[in-house]
Amino acid sequence: MAEAGVQPSKQKLNIIVFSGDLDRALAAFTLATGAAALGREVTMFFTFWGLNIIKKDRGRKALGRSVLARAFNWLLGGVKNLPLSRLNFAGASPILMRRMMRAHNVAQLEEMMEAAPKLGVRLVACEMAMHILELTKDDLWDAVEDVVGVAGFLEASKDAQVLFI
Amino acid sequence: MEIDITRETCPMTFVKVRLALAELPEGEKLIVRLSEGEPLENVPRSCEEAGFRVLAKRPNGDGTWTLEVAK
Repeated sequence: MAEAGVQPSKQKLNIIVFSGDLDRALAAFTLATGAAALGREVTMFFTFWGLNIIKKDRGRKALGRSVLARAFNWLLGGVKNLPLSRLNFAGASPILMRRMMRAHNVAQLEEMMEAAPKLGVRLVACEMAMHILELTKDDLWDAVEDVVGVAGFLEASKDAQVLFI
Repeated sequence: MEIDITRETCPMTFVKVRLALAELPEGEKLIVRLSEGEPLENVPRSCEEAGFRVLAKRPNGDGTWTLEVAK
């Protein structure tokens, strides 16, 4: 507990979510929601494959303008198509993993994704990666607060613990 | 308001408590039923760190505990 009149500075945690793997997304959201519930100020910065987690369309959709971007976005899919980083077996294992998690009452990714903004976790997307994949802010989940570049990310990371997942 | 988090695992144990506290009207009490171990260690701590007051913490005799938190 803080001494009377002395407020401890709020510790910050910044998570760079580069990966679009289900297991890594689970790790990122477990840490983010847990830290926010423990009073930390949390920012999640989604870049490259990590953008698949926060696409508004949960399944496959050909987003973007160019043929290449549309093909990439369709193949990558959304949160429902996230593969496991190991033993993916063409998408069979994520289904089994979700079943195992349910059997052990472990929160599903979607449950933590819903809790994150309610706990004050700040979600931001990488401008450059969105540019490459031809994604607009409208293609992303409404809870995504902002689209930022390196400067914006560094500004938010001042005095923060930074994790790269 | 009452919540049962005995079937939850980390981090949803204290995440659910924090979300319930956010919804709770000012001046009211939240009663939490929770398990020993991780929830009993983390839930009261997260409540206190967020500025809520833990009024009571008592064992139910079946491996679960009851926590009273004031908002």
